[in-house]
Amino acid sequence: MRWLREHFFSSWPSALTTLVLLFVLFEALPPFIDWAFVEAIWTGPDASAACRAARGEGACWAYIGEKHRFILFGTYPYDEHWRPALAMLVLLALWGLSALRRAWRWWLAVVWGCGLAAIGGLMWGGFAGLPYVENERWGGLMLTLLLTTFGIAAAFPLAIALALGRRSTLPVVRALCIGYIELIRGVPLISLLFMASVMLPLFLPEGLSIDKLLRAQIALILFAAAYLAEVVRGGLQAIPRHQYEAADALGLGYWSRTAFVILPQALRIAVPPLVNVLVGFFKNTSLVVIIGLYDLLTSVKVGLQEPAWSGFGVEAYLFAAATYFIFCAAMSLYSRRLELASPGSSWPPARAAGS
Amino acid sequence: MKRSAKRAAIQAAVLLAVGAAAWFLVSNTLSNLEARRIASGFSFLQREAGFAIGESPIPYSAADSYLKALVVGLANTFRVSAFGIVLATLIGFAVGLGRLSPNALLRGLCAAYVELFRNTPLLVQLFFWYALITETLPPAREALQPLPGVFLSNRGIFFPLPGSVPVLQGFNFSGGAHLSPEFAALLAGLSIYTASFIAEIVRAGVLSIRRGQREAAQALGLTPAMTTRHVVLPQALRVIVPPLTGTYLDLTKNSSLAVAIGYPDLVSIANTAINQTGQAIEGIAVIMAVYLTISLSISALMNWYNARVLRR
Repeated sequence: MRWLREHFFSSWPSALTTLVLLFVLFEALPPFIDWAFVEAIWTGPDASAACRAARGEGACWAYIGEKHRFILFGTYPYDEHWRPALAMLVLLALWGLSALRRAWRWWLAVVWGCGLAAIGGLMWGGFAGLPYVENERWGGLMLTLLLTTFGIAAAFPLAIALALGRRSTLPVVRALCIGYIELIRGVPLISLLFMASVMLPLFLPEGLSIDKLLRAQIALILFAAAYLAEVVRGGLQAIPRHQYEAADALGLGYWSRTAFVILPQALRIAVPPLVNVLVGFFKNTSLVVIIGLYDLLTSVKVGLQEPAWSGFGVEAYLFAAATYFIFCAAMSLYSRRLELASPGSSWPPARAAGS
Repeated sequence: MKRSAKRAAIQAAVLLAVGAAAWFLVSNTLSNLEARRIASGFSFLQREAGFAIGESPIPYSAADSYLKALVVGLANTFRVSAFGIVLATLIGFAVGLGRLSPNALLRGLCAAYVELFRNTPLLVQLFFWYALITETLPPAREALQPLPGVFLSNRGIFFPLPGSVPVLQGFNFSGGAHLSPEFAALLAGLSIYTASFIAEIVRAGVLSIRRGQREAAQALGLTPAMTTRHVVLPQALRVIVPPLTGTYLDLTKNSSLAVAIGYPDLVSIANTAINQTGQAIEGIAVIMAVYLTISLSISALMNWYNARVLRR
């Protein structure tokens, strides 16, 4: 009773707010629950017709059931679906391993290299009796995860180089890095994706062509590198001067100082904001729908073009949103816990500045 | 002396490498353009565009030039970004302050809002709002009327202006002001998504104000609302404004997702022009130049404002 009073009715305005919000919830929630669960069509022999009959009364989740393989794996050959499924497990294991503080060592890079090679092998095949599957047929949630994973994995070293370059004392190197980072951060991702899909073919010598997936992946890598570089730079800036001086006093040169003293500390500091960039990047991979790659969002969208399922966009996009939400919320939660757990937590920055 | 010679050598080498890469790309591009017989240069801007644009704040017809079409696109980008920035700021401040409310129910709902919208891609939200408007709202004849004179239908939102009230004529409304489904979905998506980021910034800004400030204001006899308005917010703004700039920029850049739902913003018009003329390099250069200009101007404006807030 006391708890109720403290949290919901502590003052007249608060009590009024509670009552108004409760009223709104009671008005809005039951119809929504009716639509989403009670009256919803989940399965059935002729689900599409049943969905049409229940139009406006109940949600059509049968669409998701009907298309789940397509949403997961796109147009990957049906009999070979165990391969992307297995690759997805490897991929999730890689992310899981990287989340452990104990694994933040140099060997993690080696594990990633092997893991990515295994994923590539599984997806492409073409050896040991696995039929070759060209990457035009990769798709669905798996493609979203692949674009994110390979994108971050390739952008990360590039980002470190850019961040170091931006803090370099060599004016030419610094200017080039600043120019690159600010250019990329100043334009929308979609313009980079357009550039990759229509301009990249023009950049290459005649006879050499790269496919659409790889082109989009290159654009995503170039994009992610600029944002990651700024986060890495933040980590570098947080390293106190005496660390540099101590390394100098030991007689270390620039490269050994950077590799063994500065970077290991800077990257650890930068992990929570890095995860936030990762969340943003994961969401941004959905933009490939605009240049026609079959990622999760495209698969959900394309299924709606069949006459039988047209008009169920609300359900389809709610499902897509929920899928993205699970991944993003998990990553956000992880990043927040890291921030709270780290002893020298510097969040919120304004407070740490000691005003 | 030896050190400076080494530094000069490194920089010369970097410059040489970047220059060589640039030359390689440019020469490839030139020979490719020649092989494919694609014209280059910006003279196409003067040619007749030949396509109609769904909505335009300035008069435009298909007989106008590509340049005019791009200007229409830019105006549409500005239109949706300006409304979006205002709406996102309002919602963002309300939700951010709501998360700090003593009322647990309000706090919980605001937290749910932030988590929900921040953790789903903007593009999915855009598709969702667009589907909600075009698929679930009734046709114009059976339009919903939440307020007198305001009509919601799958043709978009109609609302009255002074001296002009929307009236049903045939299959659509005429008169009043009209938000197309594309504009409404884009505006809703952009402002609701961006507001979730602004809310977090506002919350962090208010939390950065030490408790003593609030207690001192209360000791002076100010009500909680007055304390927030006159003591906490002015100080919190110093922390809030710099990251707020970033979200405004993001919103403007994100308005380019309009191309996915068919709102004729700069990017979708440039995209149409590229498809018609084949002049991809020029088209993308226009997009990038415009967005870079917008980015740099907004950050300059915000730096100026920030300097003013700091001085107070």
